[in-house]
Amino acid sequence: MWTICRKELADHFSSIRFLILFCLILMVALVSTYMAATSVREALEGMFKPSHVFLLLFTAPGKFFSLVQFIAFFGPLLGIIMGFDAINRERQHRTLAKLVSQPIFRDAVINGKFLAGVITVSIAVSSLILLLTGMGLLTVGVVPGQEEIGRLVVYLIVSIAYVSFWLGLAILFSILFRSLATSVLASVALWIFFSFFIGFASDLVADALKPVRNSRDTEQIVANRRVADAASLASPAVLYSQATSTILDPYRRTRSNLVLTGMMERLSLERFRNPLPLDQSILVVWPYLTSLLALTLVCFGLSYVIFMRQEIRSV
Amino acid sequence: MPAIIQTEGLTRQYGRQTAVDGLSLEINEQEIFGFLGPNGAGKTTTILMLLGLTEPTGGRARVLGVDPAHDPLQIKRQVGYLPENVGFYDDLTGRENLRYMARLNQLPESKAREQIETALATVGLNGEGDKLVGAYSRGMRQRLGIAELLIKEPKLLILDEPTLGLDPDGTNKMLDLIVSLSRDRGITVMLSSHQLEQVQRICSRVGIMIKGRLVALGSVEELAKRKLGDDAGPNLEEIYMRYFKET
Ligand SMILES: Nc1ncnc2c1ncn2[C@@H]1O[C@H](COP(=O)(O)OP(=O)(O)OP(=O)(O)O)[C@@H](O)[C@H]1O
Ligand SMILES: [Mg+2]
Repeated sequence: MWTICRKELADHFSSIRFLILFCLILMVALVSTYMAATSVREALEGMFKPSHVFLLLFTAPGKFFSLVQFIAFFGPLLGIIMGFDAINRERQHRTLAKLVSQPIFRDAVINGKFLAGVITVSIAVSSLILLLTGMGLLTVGVVPGQEEIGRLVVYLIVSIAYVSFWLGLAILFSILFRSLATSVLASVALWIFFSFFIGFASDLVADALKPVRNSRDTEQIVANRRVADAASLASPAVLYSQATSTILDPYRRTRSNLVLTGMMERLSLERFRNPLPLDQSILVVWPYLTSLLALTLVCFGLSYVIFMRQEIRSV
Repeated sequence: MPAIIQTEGLTRQYGRQTAVDGLSLEINEQEIFGFLGPNGAGKTTTILMLLGLTEPTGGRARVLGVDPAHDPLQIKRQVGYLPENVGFYDDLTGRENLRYMARLNQLPESKAREQIETALATVGLNGEGDKLVGAYSRGMRQRLGIAELLIKEPKLLILDEPTLGLDPDGTNKMLDLIVSLSRDRGITVMLSSHQLEQVQRICSRVGIMIKGRLVALGSVEELAKRKLGDDAGPNLEEIYMRYFKET
């Protein structure tokens, strides 16, 4: 298994598409953090420094979007790009029959590939965050406190779990579909659905289950919203964004943003509130993290079962 | 001496179709066994069962004294299998492909290096080892495929259509290579092929499979006597056509 893992790692880091995507993410991340950093610095001028300023680097929207939003958006692509051709590429190049006729367990093939993907993701995401932290230190000049570092670490773990989910899904499709194009399309389709249309879909589900007959009946509306919220949690993208916003924004208690507030407004409001301590935040995030991991495991388990039973022919 | 490969009533069904039907076969040490049959006869399926890559639906098999359904790793450690239309990692060189296979076979690094060089020399690719496999010709790829099997010093080679798509010269080189491996290293060889003339030239015994059933088994001379009469010369082509028409 380690042999396969090692080869796959080498493949990932020398593959051009991975490098391109990583550079792209890195570039955008640097720019958006820089913009966030400048706006944070301006906002802080002559002001008493509120707590958790450092995390603002990641959550404050620069000109367009915050870094967290950006990673939530592009992370899945990273996973998909590493996984979508894991098995069917070996099939197409007719190396799979050869591989499984070596003295290794068949599951070593898929374990090794998945592990290599997770390691690559971990390295990529961690180095990204480290780089950005360093840049934030230089431009804003605030040093993150222990708690903030703790939060970043949790954020890192959740992000790796999230990208791993997409990796697992892409590997599953690479087993199910013989053609590379089909498997990448299937993964991207699911990604688009979960990221963009889930709100729409959960509204549909909610309207079907708890229709709002009377638009003045608040109870009905609340019930409807509850179902919609629950349904949207089926999407790993929603799980992820909820988890990360809780962990990175200590002032968030509830998970849904009822009122949109500007950054300054929030900063001033925060003086009258106490931040949620880290362990409490982790407690809030825990179910999301476990759900994400469970989803990843489901994908992986399915891949495993299907792959073990699949006929290996060179044609 | 126990047979290298031994099957009893080996059967594989796909739904209602029987791909391999009650195959009983013995292949002895140092033999070159030719496995013949038209397309879809069940040759590849048989080979997959011998390696434990497909579960039989009936019957038993023993390869090197081991049941492939129970301990496929033990068999894969000692058997070199060349799939039909073998593929390689085209973005790696020939040597790197071999090194990967050596690692998968858990050869120690120094031993692997040694084996890789010997294997490349044996198949006549030592000058080409550092070229990307993507730039190899069909004949070179096929020889690299054999080199990959040799690095684990196999006792048995199972070659699925090793001469498929080779030109006459390449075919001859491949056949000479197989014969020399069998003669010099005492490796047992089982090969499937459609090129009867070549099979007749190098194989000590042949088996003919048609629609999943083994219809003939023996040396070409024996089969010629049985099928074509006493004074007919040993012509595998003719024997094959007789069996083919009968079923
Ligand atoms: N996965 C499968 N599902 C259903 N039928 C299959 C499957 N694999 C093989 N078969 C059937 O089993 C039969 C034997 O196939 P096999 O590949 O063993 O033939 P072969 O002798 O190797 O043929 P060829 O000379 O073309 O390589 C064929 O009729 C094929 O249709
Ligand atoms: Mg075949």
